Formats: sequence, structure tokens, C-alpha cells
Amino acid sequence: MKIHEFQAKQILNKYGVQIPRGEVAESPQKAKEIAERIGGRVVLKAQIHAGGRGKGGGIKIAENPQDAEKIAKEMIGMTLITHQTGPQGKKVRRILVEEALEIERELYLGIVIDRAKEAPVVMASSEGGVEIEKVAAENPELIYKEYVHPAAGFQPFQARKLAFKLRLEGEPFRQAIKFISSLYRAFEATDASLAEINPLIVTKQGNVLALDAKMNFDDNALGRHPEIKEMRDLDEEDPLEVEASKYNLNYIKLEGNVGCMVNGAGLAMATMDIIMHSGGMPANFLDVGGGVSEEAVKNAFKILVSDKGAKAALINIFGGIVRCDLVANGIVKAAKEIGLPIPMVVRLEGTNVDLGKKILEESGLTFYPATSMKEAAEKVVSLLKNQ
Amino acid sequence: MSILIDERTRVVVQGITGGEGTFHTQRMQEYGTKIVAGVTPGKGGMIHLNVPVFNYVAEAVENEGANASAIFVPAYFAADAIMEAADAGIKIIVCITEGIPTFDMIKVKQFLKGKDCLLIGPNTPGIISPGKSKIGIMPGHIHKPGCCGIISRSGTLTYEAVDQVTRLGYGQSTAVGIGGDPIVGMNFIDLLKLFKRDSETEAVILIGEIGGSAEEEAAEYIRREFIKPVVGFIAGQTAPPGRRMGHAGAIIAGGKGTAKEKMEALEKAGVLVAKSPAEIGQKVKDALG
Repeated sequence: MKIHEFQAKQILNKYGVQIPRGEVAESPQKAKEIAERIGGRVVLKAQIHAGGRGKGGGIKIAENPQDAEKIAKEMIGMTLITHQTGPQGKKVRRILVEEALEIERELYLGIVIDRAKEAPVVMASSEGGVEIEKVAAENPELIYKEYVHPAAGFQPFQARKLAFKLRLEGEPFRQAIKFISSLYRAFEATDASLAEINPLIVTKQGNVLALDAKMNFDDNALGRHPEIKEMRDLDEEDPLEVEASKYNLNYIKLEGNVGCMVNGAGLAMATMDIIMHSGGMPANFLDVGGGVSEEAVKNAFKILVSDKGAKAALINIFGGIVRCDLVANGIVKAAKEIGLPIPMVVRLEGTNVDLGKKILEESGLTFYPATSMKEAAEKVVSLLKNQ
Repeated sequence: MSILIDERTRVVVQGITGGEGTFHTQRMQEYGTKIVAGVTPGKGGMIHLNVPVFNYVAEAVENEGANASAIFVPAYFAADAIMEAADAGIKIIVCITEGIPTFDMIKVKQFLKGKDCLLIGPNTPGIISPGKSKIGIMPGHIHKPGCCGIISRSGTLTYEAVDQVTRLGYGQSTAVGIGGDPIVGMNFIDLLKLFKRDSETEAVILIGEIGGSAEEEAAEYIRREFIKPVVGFIAGQTAPPGRRMGHAGAIIAGGKGTAKEKMEALEKAGVLVAKSPAEIGQKVKDALG
């Protein structure tokens, strides 16, 4: 799960990570009040779930509270387009108003789980403020890494090593050690999957602070962090994805023209792939689960036909423990209730497949049956072309 | 022969009295798996599905000689269940549970270091040696004893591959789901090593997906020292970056873990890579003649 910058900063600050003074505003009036409280120059930052905000006009400096109000007026409600939002952009609903700091150095600090090493890794670099993926690709030696021992945890010597490698001295060195250790504490305590401070800044006054902050969390652990789960912002997600999540369906909206519904994540991805190989493009990823119920099929069907981008659909079910007749019943019931607005190819395989096919045939509805995945994909693409 | 499990494997089911545990224990019994005990804390002493239930795993090992475990306990208790099984001396631990937090698995892997046991999963359909034993939730009837070893990060996609090779008449020596999470027990390489030694296995099907670098590491191992033919497929060629595709581990992060990279790595190692999932069976035929 993703959260906003201001939420990440709130969480991190609780664990002792230094952040600039600031508050969130949802109106220009509120932005002005916050700027008055802070005094002097402030930075206004659009709060959306995407990076690259500065270049898109989502980060601006205001010289005084009146200026802050004016900029906030332009920013709140605007559609911000960055390289991470896609061409449709994201609507700005709130902004973070923060004190403007005098920056001496911009550094990078990030924590992720290294899957191959099966441990968290704390990464630091002097190359802050830029895309770290680029640094990693072009100058990997400029990223310093410390792996965290799964049982002993992150050690002070590791924080010192990173601070020395960042060539910090004196007060900034002292503050950086506390900063790095605090960031790791927050990462582990919240079951995060990513904590990234880019840039981590050293001010002219010698203070070390998180100018930006990004945190993602392990979805599997959200059940034990209700306070983080509450930070989910449904406005940042696709409406169909929000709808699907209510039914516990794994759904991801894509840009293609063939809707698909599959049982199991791996088979769902493989179905998307074979659609592409046959000349179509998947309009979505939709996994109804390995042990699909009639109810799940019905809900998934609803999501499938609500997608305006999908001009045809492919349902691919490999019945294992689940019986094909049960799935077929779900499909027929859903189609009778909701209708069949787009041509639908149905491929059933596995347990009770003949019974399942018979139910579809005798339903009086027009489904396009297929025996193999290949046949199903080719059929759905040819239906697409005949439209 | 087969790898890891056979008709002598004695299985304890952790979480046997729960809904999932009950349903799948019955299916395993029907398949012929030797289920010798169940464990549900607090329900020790009862008999469930004709099997004695114990309070803790060590009792099942001591009284019934259990040497393998199937775990069907809820996600937040599953890490504990794995560690209990390892501590009790269980040799093969199969964790079916989906949704275990990553930090829990990091601790589990640390706990298992130096212990004489193997972990399959979590978030796996399990393992099956057709005609001998199955520990998991896969449909037994689509399998057939034969010469293909299968290693996969997926569930139903594995069934698809199994079905294709069964229809072609080859069958499977053992099929193993290694699990769809970022951190799992046995990986591709661990299993390739076992298939290498197994005389019944003539070819291996490796089914990977986007995310992580397990397939690239497997490719490197295959290139170095695996002589039997390998057929590969990578799911998620059309998956967008930064999105978790159902499985917790199926995510392209920071531009890494794409299907393209993995397919190239496997091809370079001499693996017959199926571009489309429909070609998996055919590739096996090409490999074995």
C-alpha cells in the first residue's frame, strides 16, 4: 500500500526522524494560515501518489502567506501530470505547506527488502535529489549498502559507516546517525516494503532532515497496523480497482482492449501474455482466486463488463478443486442479471468440464466456447477485429 | 523415483480441524497420502478424519513418526507454525498459507538456518509425486506418474502445464510449487539439484514469473551444471511495472524483475523458453523427442 508524503513524514517523525515544520492544507485559506504560522518563505507541495512532482509544477515556493494562498489556489484542484502519473495525470486534493530550508547538500537514503539476500538493506548515496534507479544503473558504486541481520537488527556501526561514506562531519554526522537508525526503526516497526528519503538534506545550519519521504507497506501485514491501513486514499486509486477490492478480488486496470477473468495469479498473467501474442492487449489483470466461488465469479463479471476499455473478454478457468459447473453457473447467472454487453470467450478446463460446457450451451446466451488457451486467445482477438 | 516425498512420507497436518485443513486433508487422504496426525493447539486427544489430533507438533513426531508437515493455519500464525515444525524435527515442511508478512518470513528463514529441514512455500499449491503422495491443494487427478519434473511459482498455471504434459503422455516425477511470495523456502536451484540426481526425471519444466531474480539465478546454475533439458515459461510479459500482480512476489520494482530479462537469461543458459503458455507441452516434446 502507498501513502502520501505528509503521512509518511507523520509516521517517520514518531520514530525520531527529523522533518521540516509543516502542515497539510485542503484549501488556499488554510495554506495561508499555515504559512503565517510558519513565517517567512514556505514550500507548497502537491500531495499525490506519484513522483516527479517538481517538474510537473507540483512543488512551488511562496515568499509570504499571500503568495502561498495564491499558489495554493492554482495547485489545489489542478491535474498534475508527471512521468509516474501517466498521461491522464492525477488530481491534487491537498498540499503540504512546509518551511523553506537553506540546503547545503542533497543526499539519498532508502530501505527495501533485498529478496535474494532475504534481509532489509539500507542504502545511502551522495547523489540525492535525482532518480536513484538512474544512479544504480550508471554508477552503482555511488550507492553504499548495509544489509540488516534478521535477528540482531540494524547496528550503530552500520549507521556510522554510511554517515562516514557520505562524508559527513561534526553536527551533521551526529544527526545523520540518529536519522538513519530512526528510519530503520520505523521501517521494521511498520512492516514497510519501502522507505525512501530523497533528498535527505543537510541545511546550511548543519541540520539533517527528510525533505521528501516515501513509504510503501507490505499489504500482507496491514492487518496488524490498523492506523496505517486507515491512511489508504481511495481517490488515488482507479475506481474499478477500489470496487474490486471490496469483493477481495485481485484486479488491476490496464490500457488494452481484451478484458480477462482468470482463477489464479500466474494463470491470469499467462492469459494476458497469450492475448498479446495473439494480437490483442489485456484490458486488465483479474484473479478471482484459486478456489473461486459462484459469488466471486459474479462480482468479477460485474467488474469485467464495467470497464469501458474492454471490447471483448476472455474467461479462463482451470478447474482443480473448483468445479467447472459451479463456475459456469456463476457466469450464466451474472450474464442473465447484468447482460452480455461484449462478446465473451469462455475456456473451461479441469474438473467437471463437460458439465460446465453444457451449462453454458443450454443457457440460451451467446458465449464463445474454447478448449485450449491458444484457441481462446485467438478467438477473442478475431471477435475484436470483427466488431 | 521422485523427489522429496513418496508413498512412505508420513504427514502431519497443522491446522487440521479448520475449514481449509479439513477439506484438503480429505482430498489428500483420497489421493493416498499417509496422513498420520493433525495438530490444533487445545484440541489434543480428539480424532478428526480418522486421524489423532495433538496439541503440538513434537507429539505427532514422537507418537506417529510424522516426518512431513502440511500447514493450513491463518497467515499471522503461519510463521510460528513453520518454526514449530522445524523445531519438532519435521524434515519436509509445506506451507500452503497465503499472505504471510515478509518480515515474518525473514525471521523464519533465519530460524531454519542450520536445521535439518526443507521448507516448501509459503503461498504454494504444495508438492505432488503422482501416484505416491501429495501434500497440498492441487487436483490430484490431472497428474500422472512420469518423467517431467516441474518447479513453479504459480498454482493454476502449474496445473495448466501439468495438464499439457499429461495429455502428451509424459506425466510427472514430482511437481513442486515453490510459492508466490518474495521470500520462500526452497528455490529453483535447490530443486534443480534434487531433480539432477533423480533417475526418473528426464526433463524439467521451470515456471517463473515477474519479480525478484530467482529465475536469473536458476539460469546461471543451469548454464553451469544442469545437463537435463529444461523448458521454461515466464508469466507476466504484459504486466505493468510497480504493480503487484496477485502474488506478493510478482512485482517489477525499480525496473528490475521483468519477464524479458528472465526469458533472455534462461535462453542464454540453453533453456527452451516457451513464449506462450500454450507451448509448454510442445517444448517438452521438442526436448524429449
